[in-house]
Amino acid sequence: MAGEIQNPIIRVRDITVQFGATRVLDGLDLDVKRGEILGFVGPSGAGKSVLTRTIIGLVPKVAGSIEVFGVDLDASNTSQRRNVERRWGVLFQQGALFSSLTVRQNIQFPMREYLRVSQRLMDEITIAKLTMVGLKPEVADRFPSELSGGMIKRVALARALSLDPDLVFLDEPTSGLDPIGAGDFDELVRTLQRTLGLTVFMVTHDLDSLYTACDRIAVLGNGKIIAAGSIADMQASQHPWLRQYFHGKRARAVMG
Amino acid sequence: MNGDPKLERIAKGNALALCATGTWTASFAPVLERMVADAEKLAGGSQSIFIDVSEVSKLDTFGAWLIERLRRSLTQGAVEAQIAGLSANYSSLVDEVRRVRATPVIDSSTITITGMLEQIGRAVAGVAGTVAGLIDMLGAVLAAVARTLIHPRSFRLTSTVHHLEQVCWRAVPIVVLITFLIGCIIAQQGIFHFRRFGADLFVVDMLGVLVLREIGVLLVAIMVAGRSGSAYTAELGSMKMREEIDALRTMGFDPIEVLVLPRMLALVLALPILAFLGAMAALYGGGLVAWLYGGVQPEAFLLRLRDAISIDHFIVGIVKAPVMAAVIGIVACVEGLAVQGSAESLGQHTTSSVVKGIFFVIVMDGVFAIFFAAIGM
Repeated sequence: MAGEIQNPIIRVRDITVQFGATRVLDGLDLDVKRGEILGFVGPSGAGKSVLTRTIIGLVPKVAGSIEVFGVDLDASNTSQRRNVERRWGVLFQQGALFSSLTVRQNIQFPMREYLRVSQRLMDEITIAKLTMVGLKPEVADRFPSELSGGMIKRVALARALSLDPDLVFLDEPTSGLDPIGAGDFDELVRTLQRTLGLTVFMVTHDLDSLYTACDRIAVLGNGKIIAAGSIADMQASQHPWLRQYFHGKRARAVMG
Repeated sequence: MNGDPKLERIAKGNALALCATGTWTASFAPVLERMVADAEKLAGGSQSIFIDVSEVSKLDTFGAWLIERLRRSLTQGAVEAQIAGLSANYSSLVDEVRRVRATPVIDSSTITITGMLEQIGRAVAGVAGTVAGLIDMLGAVLAAVARTLIHPRSFRLTSTVHHLEQVCWRAVPIVVLITFLIGCIIAQQGIFHFRRFGADLFVVDMLGVLVLREIGVLLVAIMVAGRSGSAYTAELGSMKMREEIDALRTMGFDPIEVLVLPRMLALVLALPILAFLGAMAALYGGGLVAWLYGGVQPEAFLLRLRDAISIDHFIVGIVKAPVMAAVIGIVACVEGLAVQGSAESLGQHTTSSVVKGIFFVIVMDGVFAIFFAAIGM
């Protein structure tokens, strides 16, 4: 147990991912520490989502190793892997809610699979999760097609959190939300991180999120991590892309 | 550290104190729920109620909610239950859970007689709606045809050719193979039964009339409804789901003109071609079996066939093909555009596209049979 606290919750070593002849990730190393919110940025098409999907195991890698919760995912057997999957939640970019299930059924889906809980408790927890992500209980019986974009994100987050995971992957959680909604979302991620002791791996383009929600920032470029550190480190960096990103017009507007 | 959760009562004079210990997490939920249900009975008669959670080693949303549920049910009248000894880590989680207002779930899935009657009524009205939808689409397609005739440049040739390749050219192998086999089977069965009367050669009459008038076109139409009708519905349905059709509309395009017309036209051209190829394949298969199994020489088969059938039989068959194609196309497009947001809806409409397509094809075949009988063909 003590060792697990010391070690990073995600340890990625020398990852290479290739689609045909294009090498998307090239010998990438990354550590995510327990209890932190890591913001993951990089130019569009740099492979941020690919790295997320590789860690989760949706994209096969050519070389390298991935350890999550101290379990090497390549060397693990089915039950070890199942155990790891039960402890993480994933928020996909488009929400990826099951379109033929209601919001309630979507949130209860992982609970039914992994927990032995009474229907009453599941219903109450569903309402609790919806309240946590800032939705009214009334949406529980709607179908995903009847929700707005922002609500879909929130429901998807509620589903990602339904088993009270230790680690959540958020793929552009604030894209498509209005600034107030996005601000609430950042606040929400912060609150959940504090209350549930969550580790958050957040792919984002939102400078506000980086400033307000993230403890640490990692920057992806040319298939590698160009820089990792606090927001101050990023601003001090001389890397051309980082300079443009953190000193551009929008960044100045955020900093005020 | 990971002790089993416990909830113990500590006597404190007039006050009720409950002490929670151990791990209050989702994995212990059944135990926790039972303990909380037991503890809820202790309410009443106490001046003050405390739930001491200082000994809880681990708390998640499930545990926090159960403590909150206990607190709520112990709170009666003026006596409010308090949560004590909350560590800083968990206080925000408990605060978060406290905001939840529990609304009872309304289960509307009970079966009643009025409900069943309502469903029957809705189904009957749905049939009328289906027919109206088909007529509506037919009108929209004809209007689009008229517009295209006036402005021929708006016709989408590339799209039509693409769909023609999909529904005609790529369908040839499977259509020819299946009709060939059906021709073989008809001939074999005919010879087997006619032989008892010494009427082997009449199998040629049966094969010719059956294949050219009915089987050729009907079988091919059913295959096309299953193969291309379902594809049309799935294509249009997934476009509808992703708002692609709305996008077309906002750009000033008519989805009927852009999406439906090329598909319909391709199908109306494809089905007569496929029906012809199918009829030829069935006759060939029947002739082959008649020769190898029935001993009817190919020359004799062809001579007999020439006597047995006239061009009328062929015309009766082939005239039906474009009409059936139009029916299949309209049903498929109506169903495709009726898809709602969910994957389940897409599946339902694809299924009903095929089922309704085949149904209407058979109905049309019956109508044609009556018509041709009346005009003496």
